[in-house]
Amino acid sequence: MRAQRGNLVESYKSDEIASFLAMTNFSIMGNTLFDKIWDAHVVSSKEGFPDILYIDTHFIHEVTSPQAFDGLRKRGLPVLRPKQTVATADHNVPTWDQHLPIKEELSRYQVDMLTKNCAEFGVELYGLGHPYQGIVHVIGPELGITRPGGTYVCGDSHTSTHGAFGAIAFGIGTSQVEQVMATQCLLQSRPKRMKIEVNGKLQNGVGAKDIILYIISKTTAAGGTGYAVEYAGDTIRSLSMEGRMTICNMSIEMGARCGLIAPDNTTIEYVKGREFAPKGEDWDKAVAYWKTLYSDDDAQFDSVLSFNAEDIEPMITYGTNPGMGIGVTQHVPVTADVDPTEQKSYANSLAYMGLHDDESLIGKPIDYVFIGSCTNSRIEDLREVATFVKGRHKADHVTVWVVPGSKQVQEQAIAEGLDKVFEAAGFPLREPGCSACLGMNEDKIPAGKYCVSTSNRNFEGRQGPNSRTILASPLTAAAAAVTGRITDIRELLAERELVG
Amino acid sequence: MATKIFKHIQSTAVPLPIENIDTDQIIPARFLKATTRDGFGNNLFRDWRFDENDNPKQEFVLNNPTYAGKVLVAGKNFGCGSSREHAAWALSDYGFDAVVSSFFADIFKGNALNNGLLPVQVSDDFLAKIFDELYSDKDAQLEIDLEQQVIRISNTGDEEAFEINPYKKACLTNGYDDIDYILSNKALVEEFEAKR
Repeated sequence: MRAQRGNLVESYKSDEIASFLAMTNFSIMGNTLFDKIWDAHVVSSKEGFPDILYIDTHFIHEVTSPQAFDGLRKRGLPVLRPKQTVATADHNVPTWDQHLPIKEELSRYQVDMLTKNCAEFGVELYGLGHPYQGIVHVIGPELGITRPGGTYVCGDSHTSTHGAFGAIAFGIGTSQVEQVMATQCLLQSRPKRMKIEVNGKLQNGVGAKDIILYIISKTTAAGGTGYAVEYAGDTIRSLSMEGRMTICNMSIEMGARCGLIAPDNTTIEYVKGREFAPKGEDWDKAVAYWKTLYSDDDAQFDSVLSFNAEDIEPMITYGTNPGMGIGVTQHVPVTADVDPTEQKSYANSLAYMGLHDDESLIGKPIDYVFIGSCTNSRIEDLREVATFVKGRHKADHVTVWVVPGSKQVQEQAIAEGLDKVFEAAGFPLREPGCSACLGMNEDKIPAGKYCVSTSNRNFEGRQGPNSRTILASPLTAAAAAVTGRITDIRELLAERELVG
Repeated sequence: MATKIFKHIQSTAVPLPIENIDTDQIIPARFLKATTRDGFGNNLFRDWRFDENDNPKQEFVLNNPTYAGKVLVAGKNFGCGSSREHAAWALSDYGFDAVVSSFFADIFKGNALNNGLLPVQVSDDFLAKIFDELYSDKDAQLEIDLEQQVIRISNTGDEEAFEINPYKKACLTNGYDDIDYILSNKALVEEFEAKR
């Protein structure tokens, strides 16, 4: 229906249009950013079938690809477009002594399998030791592979990160990884569209991570399911690309298919000059197209939510899904106030976390701080943390890991001397990988220990069996590392201002 | 490649009335190191099923001999979090053919459908009825008729219609496969590429 809109409009007189609209709920309206990109990638749209959607770039990694490569072998099929497929090793890799063979046998086997599969199928691999290696959602953008208007998929739910460029990007399962390898397409039904607006000025010490944790605390972990979410509003627009990536990254934590932000000069400036970004005439053509990528003023969304930036405090989570977040000065909600059908799960969640109803988390001692993951491991995150910790030191009882998102981020941090600042503060700068976000390598949080983590999931056991995760921004995590407790970063920042 | 053909199930069921069960619970990340699709059932709900010494936790329903069957019945927002298809593989490998919940996470639902594991979304009220019935009669049977898109509690005759994408239904009932479908349209893909 959408594709025929122009013809329909031309063939009806205005009063006929009005009655037609009333009859069919069809309206003459502008397009959303999401629909513009989707429509530009539809290979085939047939009644009763999902659309066949063309995928510009397929990112793969060692954990969700081996069974897909095996499937291709069984079918006797090649990777259809190997040049549009990019591989890296990230989930399973050690973050210390990466130049040595991987000690853990199964991890080593899986990473070796990726190397072997990529060689056999002609896919470029940025594996361990390669200057472009890193977390798949960090390297795509930093290499200029992720661009406005594109479609990107990966066997990883945080693929939504790439939507920060004004692209459609989402996570897929391994059967779909095989599908994209075999066809460069994906069968997908068009999701509904949601707009989330954030307007106003952020408080000092509050950043992109706090915004998205705040949003998810309002929508719940399921509130975005079935939607493509466009983030808009002047607060979102004021964010750097790194901040926008943090926001889009966690779209999946409210269940959304993907998240995206219309490209603007910030986006264009970020992409410009990167390794695989278009150059010369191609660049000019690309930019002209990118400037058409926005939701029209009269575009219709199936749902619209609005938030005020002033209402957002530094956020922390207290439970076992990312929707269970509060402002750092707020108290843990009381079980009796929770939806009756969910009270049992809620109580289990608090018990797992070792917390109780109405508890204030300010001042609560913590054991570990993890600064990293595809949510917060980019150079800007490391700069922010370094600026804060310069001249400070971690609390004695806290273990701190800083894990850069990519080899390039690591090299940049070293070039800027951030590694020295971290070292002086007791925050060793490790090597790139997914690390303690999901504890597939040896970076695991021990049972019962509290970790303030800049990652994206606080699920039970996510960072290691029986570990307890408190999600927060890089600044809030750094503050916890320094004080050894959950701390309101705003107080430390104010203190520093007073001292001068 | 043809996949498993799915039409009708009648089975006892396993109740797991917990909301927001994420795929990290279904199969923890440390068990994702395999390079085949087999054997994930052994680690299904690993950290809820076994303690740190690998002893079964008696209080967890999969260790309770009272309940068994081909249908798992779970609280809302089942399968949220990571896109790992290993979660669907683990449920299938353990012996489940269907999961019933009042809400499914998007990616999990797709992964399940691609693996012959049927996600049956029912209303909150119907879900509550199923739990009530399972707790009053452990042998209560659920009937899931994919052709008719109906789920029924055999004892009480209560039934509810459920939705499924017609294409995915045709795939499940005929053993069709997404890749075969797209490859049958390969000319369109090439045409699309040529136009860009």
